[in-house]
Amino acid sequence: MTSNQPSPFPAPCPRTDVLIVGGGLAGLSLAVALGRAGIDVTVAERASLDATVDPGFDGRVTAIAYASWRLLEGIGAWQHMEAHAQPILDIRVTDGAAAVFLNFDHRALGNEPFGYLLENRHIRLGLLRTIQDLGTVHLQYPATVDGMEAHPGGVTARLGGHGALRAALVVAADGRKSPLREAAGIKVLGHDYAETGIVTTIEHEKDHLGIAHERFLPAGPFAVLPIAGRRSSLVWSEKHHVAKAILALDDDAFNAEISKRMEGFLGTVHAVGPRFSYPYAVHVAERFCADRLALVGDAAHGIHPIAGQGLNLGWRDVAALAELLVDTARLGLDIGSPLVLERYDRWRRIDTLTLATVTDSLNALFTNDVAPVRLLRDAGLAVVNRIDPLKRFFMQHARGTVGTLPRLLKGEAL
Amino acid sequence: MADSNQSSIDADEVARFEAMAESWWDTAGPFKPLHRFNPARLRFVRDRAIAHWGRDPATLKPLDGLAVVDIGCGGGLISEPLARMGAAVTGIDPSEKNIGTARVHAAQSGLDIDYRAMTAEDLAASGSRFDMVMNLEVVEHVADVDGFLAASGVLLKPGGLMICATLNRTLKSLAMAKVGAEYVLRWLPRGTHDWKRFLTPAELSGSIRRAGLSVIALQGVSYKPLKDEWVLSGDTGVNYMVVAVKPAS
Repeated sequence: MTSNQPSPFPAPCPRTDVLIVGGGLAGLSLAVALGRAGIDVTVAERASLDATVDPGFDGRVTAIAYASWRLLEGIGAWQHMEAHAQPILDIRVTDGAAAVFLNFDHRALGNEPFGYLLENRHIRLGLLRTIQDLGTVHLQYPATVDGMEAHPGGVTARLGGHGALRAALVVAADGRKSPLREAAGIKVLGHDYAETGIVTTIEHEKDHLGIAHERFLPAGPFAVLPIAGRRSSLVWSEKHHVAKAILALDDDAFNAEISKRMEGFLGTVHAVGPRFSYPYAVHVAERFCADRLALVGDAAHGIHPIAGQGLNLGWRDVAALAELLVDTARLGLDIGSPLVLERYDRWRRIDTLTLATVTDSLNALFTNDVAPVRLLRDAGLAVVNRIDPLKRFFMQHARGTVGTLPRLLKGEAL
Repeated sequence: MADSNQSSIDADEVARFEAMAESWWDTAGPFKPLHRFNPARLRFVRDRAIAHWGRDPATLKPLDGLAVVDIGCGGGLISEPLARMGAAVTGIDPSEKNIGTARVHAAQSGLDIDYRAMTAEDLAASGSRFDMVMNLEVVEHVADVDGFLAASGVLLKPGGLMICATLNRTLKSLAMAKVGAEYVLRWLPRGTHDWKRFLTPAELSGSIRRAGLSVIALQGVSYKPLKDEWVLSGDTGVNYMVVAVKPAS
């Protein structure tokens, strides 16, 4: 060769259509959706497979909104997790001191539940079982991404321990501190909250009847989420230093703190299993795409857990991106093209900004203990409760059936 | 595959083709209108092939096993998608530059496409025969339409499909394609199109019938400026496509 131009032909190496970096719930769901449609997918996760399914890895529970349930059903994953699911039949929103409360009964919208509560561990296991049945999804655990290089027609990723891999598109599903997002120079807007979420599972004397409770205590929201059996998951917000002190209590004192906040509505309660803590923050990436890169889930956004929409927002990314990629692949077009990624960015970023702003203001409203604000919000809850159309609007938001929905969230096939 | 391509082209030429491939395939570059137009055309081609050969619409490779020739393939904007859909694609173009460009890009994309710098008439004379003949944005550029379509007909196996896409000769197309696209929107270089050479659907259909094929469908394609998107429509006044089939002998 006399030319000093770099060769336009990349060195031969294994190929995949889509490389998903991060084996979290959003990344695995996307892998299943794409793999089911015949797209070849590789998932690279930094942790080992055994570590990610350990009961101590992720103690959170996810409220699967009705629309997200349709996605899991549509990609064939629900059958592998439904045995562990608790349907949400009612949502009761209570203000700590006032008697006024907001009651959302699922029957106002038909017979379907609002959604389901599932331990994240069971969602993860269900997705992994679904992947076992697909020949199109390859798991590379544990693998780190040591570098990425875009060139005409694709991108080459160097995977620590697994060599180089060529893909048409890389998806960053690598969490809120997304190293891929940072390497692409995409900035995030947002801020940390003063609260930490304490997460634990409790057993209780009385049946929960499938009712989810959100109690707005002066320190912040205290959610009691029914899960399978006479058990509930607590998501409990406190200022960082208070949370730290509570997490350090012995079992009896910890149970006493819980009982004080429950006021006995489920009878006697006690915590079972480990205690987890998650500091709250809100962030939205300024762009959801870059050259041959798309951001999904926490890599693209994180919102206050007040409305229980975090992962549901991630599933909206998954449904939208899967639809765009499958439609593009069916026409034989390049799935990593800017034409596809720009459409994804436009579709998802607006929706995310709206929800992030709404939940951010909700939190400011409900953690404020100034008397006039209290009075206004109590009146507000009572008004929402009496006006049917307004209530239906909030309920549809809880179900995730508002906005320009991807086909998978409408219960249609890809 | 990369090696066999490289051996027939010298390194400086590869660099030149690489630069041209970049321009052909830049979705915001000089060929932006074609990139915008492509999804609607490909969807039509895919749907017609699925209907004709009874293929599964959910699969990613509905053209699996079909031999397709893309006449006037340029940089490969149609050849590559057809190859990804499973077709065995031959791309021909009289321009050596275009063929070199298309070869470089196919290698970069990891696609196996048989690109040749030749005319439809020469390919027909060589004895090659295909299940599908694609004549997209070609007939408005050829001097002898009857001769060209006769050669296209020879390239087709009995029972095979030919799809033509072109521009109608109407006042609307003069305003939109010639004045609008070339002068106002600057989508295309000035002089790309000679409006007087555009064919009406009746003229094109007549020419296709004289080549021994039967016209089975006529489809309009319209641009939606607000969505910046092309859609299939009943309006054949500017862009249209014709589907023809070669009778089984």
